[in-house]
Formats: sequence, structure tokens, C-alpha cells
Amino acid sequence: MLFFYEIREGIRIAFQAIRANKMRSVLTTVGVVIGIVSVTLMGTALEGMNRAFDESIESIGADVLYVEKFPWMGGGDWWTYRNRPDIRMEHATALERYATVPQAVSPSAMAMSRMSFRERSVDGVYISGTTHRYMEFTGTDLLYGRFMTQAESESGRPVTVLGSEVAENLFNVENPLGQTVKINNQSFRVIGVLERQGSFLGLFSLDNQALIPMNRFLRMYGHRRNITIEVKAGSLELIEETKEEIRGIMRRERRLEPWEEDNFAINQQEMLTSTFAGISAVIGGVGFFITGLALFVGGIGIMNITFVSVSERTKEIGIRKSLGAPKRSILLQFLMESGFICLLGGIIAIIIAYPLSLIIDQVIPTAMPVSIVIIALIISFTVGIVSGFMPAYRASRLDPVEAIRHE
Amino acid sequence: MANIIKIRNISKEYNMGVEIVHALRDVSLDIDKNEHVAIMGPSGSGKSTLMNILGCLDTPTKGLYEFNGLNVSKMNDNELARIRNKEIGFVFQTFNLLSRSDALHNVELPLIYAGVSSGERKRRAKEALEQVGLGDRVTHKPNELSGGQRQRVAVARALVTRPSIILADEPTGNLDSKSGDDILNLFRELHEQGNTIIVVTHEKYVAEHSRRIISIKDGLVESDVEIENSRVPNGMREELTA
Ligand SMILES: Nc1ncnc2c1ncn2[C@@H]1O[C@H](COP(=O)(O)OP(=O)(O)OP(=O)(O)O)[C@@H](O)[C@H]1O
Ligand SMILES: [Mg+2]
Repeated sequence: MLFFYEIREGIRIAFQAIRANKMRSVLTTVGVVIGIVSVTLMGTALEGMNRAFDESIESIGADVLYVEKFPWMGGGDWWTYRNRPDIRMEHATALERYATVPQAVSPSAMAMSRMSFRERSVDGVYISGTTHRYMEFTGTDLLYGRFMTQAESESGRPVTVLGSEVAENLFNVENPLGQTVKINNQSFRVIGVLERQGSFLGLFSLDNQALIPMNRFLRMYGHRRNITIEVKAGSLELIEETKEEIRGIMRRERRLEPWEEDNFAINQQEMLTSTFAGISAVIGGVGFFITGLALFVGGIGIMNITFVSVSERTKEIGIRKSLGAPKRSILLQFLMESGFICLLGGIIAIIIAYPLSLIIDQVIPTAMPVSIVIIALIISFTVGIVSGFMPAYRASRLDPVEAIRHE
Repeated sequence: MANIIKIRNISKEYNMGVEIVHALRDVSLDIDKNEHVAIMGPSGSGKSTLMNILGCLDTPTKGLYEFNGLNVSKMNDNELARIRNKEIGFVFQTFNLLSRSDALHNVELPLIYAGVSSGERKRRAKEALEQVGLGDRVTHKPNELSGGQRQRVAVARALVTRPSIILADEPTGNLDSKSGDDILNLFRELHEQGNTIIVVTHEKYVAEHSRRIISIKDGLVESDVEIENSRVPNGMREELTA
């Protein structure tokens, strides 16, 4: 109870002191303000990046492996990769037949074409060849209509499922279902529209695509074409096992001797994840440095002003001690004061950082997370307590007789 | 009668580098419960030094100090703070009120450190202010009060914890004679209500309001006398003798 009354008295004194020296208190917090602005903006930017990344990963699937000619990352000799044999449909068929671990296998290939509906046409649409299993690989749903059936997929029927952007561009407000569109001058019936997915890390838009059966795709764009085989492990834990199994099947198909290297690549999101982690670490590191420096400078300022405050109020300390205030209580009083001055700085910083976060929002869609606001306030209060400690400790040890005689 | 203060061969020295100042030399004293004592002496004789030691604000260089049977000379800072809070009420020459706080909060202050709840604090602080005749000045800040009123706030603050002794160092030093008399009469009333009061002064007139005068000079007790005819205002003398 006593401790509680002392804290309450400490807070009361702190606010009295801050009110009595408004300008000085605000100026003292400049360093802390800069530090806290920096930490909140960094947190906000990272939040935005995480969000964008999670969304992209989700729409593609984090547990999907990609059997391809080229590895996604990691240097190596481009000519070696270039000279590898293409990935073909027969590999997809073999993987589908022999692989037991993965949940689904689906070949895919992409080309860019012009699409048209009546007199309207759009250029540069990604035409994706896929199978009826596509929906298992994506995090998105159909906005309306249905996906291709196994029969349509296997026989290569001229049906298509449109990305939301393509559907909008071609049909505007008309209902696209059942309409006939032209891809490369061949007619396709629209059977479904995908819901909006957004762009993959801002690189290319998954909404600007039209999905057609793989067998139809190969007939249109040529059978001797390098494709990608997507393999869905089913869960993150099964990724390694799946990788081993499909690697074995691919090597057998390719008739590789044990001493020969793989002449194909098995790619996975993790590589993207690690690049992303790298970028995040850089932002975090720079932000951390600025924050640390500003808070350090700010902390010294707070320490200084607390020393001033202690010497201005030496007599008051003496009076309180003569009335029986223990050391702890004097210590608390000044810690509260420096803590609340910094907290004030933290609040000012958040008021400044909020509009700035709206500017960041224009670049990476984000919102200042509540957690970062709370963390920022805790940090600023802590900086106050830490930098106020030395002067507060000194105040608590003052000799009452000398302190009370001080003018 | 119970000894409240017992000091034996107390010395206080200040080491000033080139010389050692002996503020007190071998002082021994006993003060009982409900005494009204004046400590008198010329400037620099060691009165304030003695009072600070009696009030546990300072510790002697040598000697024994027992307060209510407790050996104060062996106590640490926090134990001394506790004794000051519970057992001692100070009144200073320069009032020593907190200028930013109103009368009520000033009087409440020692109760905060005693861990008394807010409601109880306010009630007792008001009561103490009424006792010194300032019931209508509760929300005034020190700079909105006269010198005599400020000193009465200080007396209320000293009273509010119901301490074993009230120590006053030149309580009338900064007051005109009328306000000074008011304070001295207040002390007398408090004494009659059973409080133990020690007043430090260099004025004979002030000392004569008490019942016992301890004179010190150059850090030594020169004389220690009980007085029968203390200066009692005419009106009160009859009450006392009646
Ligand atoms: N902190 C100190 N350092 C050195 N000497 C001191 C200190 N405090 C008091 N003294 C010395 O001790 C002696 C007694 O001082 P004290 O304040 O007790 O006198 P006093 O009787 O209260 O005088 P006054 O009536 O003027 O208040 C003086 O000689 C003074 O110079
Ligand atoms: Mg003195």
C-alpha cells in the first residue's frame, strides 16, 4: 500500500514538474522523439512487407515445389543450365504416377497472348496451361463459375478460367460466364472467374491471367516446350521428403548415373523467403541503428535535465526527507519524472509518425500496428527510467541537513 | 516519568580540512514525555546541530542517543527516516513548505510516507489545519498565505502524524511579534494537550514560554533550569492556576 501511495505521489510530482517546465520538457524529448518516430516507422514498413509477402506466398502456396530447368537462386553457370534438357509433360506424368508422398502434381506453362471478346481486346495476358488440380495449389477461390473438370483437362477442351483483371478488362460489367473469348484466334468458353489475388511482391499480377487446360496449351504453343511441374507436398513438414522422392523419380526418368549431377532444379518458396528475410534484416538493421543512436542521444538529454531538476529541487528533497521520505521514495519521484517526460516524447513521436505511416502506405500497403505503438511507449518510458537513474539515485542519497539548507 | 530522549556524551565534529569544528562537545541530556523545553544559546553555539541530531536528521560523531528506548545512533538512513516520519514533527525558521502544493497537500505529505490512505489523509490533514486555525485556508498555496499562516501550516504538518515530539528551530525567527506570539501560544496549547515540545531559540523571550531552559554555549551545556513562572498570557494564566 505504502509503495502504491509513493508511486502516486511520484506521478503527481512528475506532472507538476512537467507542467511547470512545459517548454523545457518538450525540448528535452527531441532525441527520444526522433528515436521513437524511427522505430515506429520501421515497424510499420516491416509490417507492410510481411503482409505483402505473406499474401503472395499464400496465393502460391508455401508447401509447393517447382521442378524446373533453372534454379531460382544461387549463381552457377547459366550455360550449364541452358543446355539442360527441357522439362516435359512425360516427366509430369511419371511424377504423378510414381510419387506417393505429395498431395498433388500439376504441370504448368505460361505464354503471353492477345485475348479478345467481340470487338474488345487486351494484349499481354498470361495464358497459363494447367490441370484440374490447379485449385489445390492456390490460396484463391473462384469468384463465380467453376473450375475445369478432369475430363476437360485431360481432353484439352477449349475452356478458360479468367483472372479478375482480365475479366474486368474484357467484359466490364457484363457477365462473362458462358461467353466465348478468343485466345490467339482460337475460341474458348469462359467457365469461371478467379477472385482478386493482387500482385506477387509487386512483380507480376496473377489477376492478369487466363487458365486453360495444359493439353490445349501444348497444342496451341507447341509440344516441345519447356514446362514447370508443380508438386504440392501437402504440408511444410513433408517438403523435404517430397523433394527427395521427386528427385529420385526425375533422376530415374532422366537415366542419370549415380555420379552425375541433377540436370533439373527443384525450387521452393524458401529461397524467396530467405531473400525476403535478407531485405527485412537490412531495413531492421538500419532502423535499429538510427533508433539506437537517437535514443542514446535522447537519453543523455534526459539524464542532463534530470540532474538540473534534482539540483533545482534540492531543498524540496531535504523537506521530504525531514518528513520521513525514505531513499526509495525520492528515487521513485525522479524516475517517474524522467519516465513521464520520455513517455510524453513517445506520444509526440507517435503523433508525428502516424501521418508519415500513411505516406509509407502509398508505397507498401500497411498500417501502423497497435503492437508497435505499445512497444514504442514502453521503450520511451524505459529510456526515461534508465537515463534518469543516475541523477535520481544521487538525489535519493542527499544528506537531509545539507539539502534542506540549500536555497 | 518516561524518558523520551536520552543522550549521553554526544559530540559532533565537522572536519574542515585545516581545522576540526566542534559543534557539540560531550552533551548529555534527558527529556521526558510531555515536557516543554527551550534550547537557548548564542549564534553558532550548536543549537541547530543538537536539534538535527535529536530529530534524527543527523547523526552524532560520538556518543549514545536513545529515543523511546531505541538506540538511534546505530540506525541506517531508512530506519532514521521512519523514526522522523512516525515520531518527530519539525517546524523550521523558514517554514519549508512545498511552494507548488496547497496547504492541504503540504500537511498530508508525512502521512503519504506513513502509508495512510488518501481519504484518511485528507480528513486528518483538514483536522490538523483546523486545530491551528486555518480551516478556511485549505486550498491556499504558501505564497497566498502570510508568514504567520505559513508557520501555522508547518505546525499542522508537524502535528498531523501525532508524533512523540515536536521540534522547532527558531520558529518565530521570521515572524513579527504578533504572529510569533500566536505560534508560541499554539505550542503552549499543544503542550497542554500532552505533546512534547522542544523549541530552539536565541531569544530569551521565546525561551521563557517554556517550562525548562537548556542553555548551551560553544557546544557545551551551560545550564539546565526548570522555570515556574513561564510567560503565560494573562487570560490563560487564570485557566492554568484554576
Ligand atoms: N555543515 C557544517 N560544516 C561545518 N561546520 C558546521 C556545519 N554546520 C554547523 N557548523 C558549525 O557548527 C557550529 C554550530 O552551528 P549551529 O548551526 O548548530 O549553530 P546555531 O546555534 O544553530 O546558530 P544560529 O543561532 O546562528 O542558528 C558553528 O560553528 C557552525 O559553523
Ligand atoms: Mg541555528
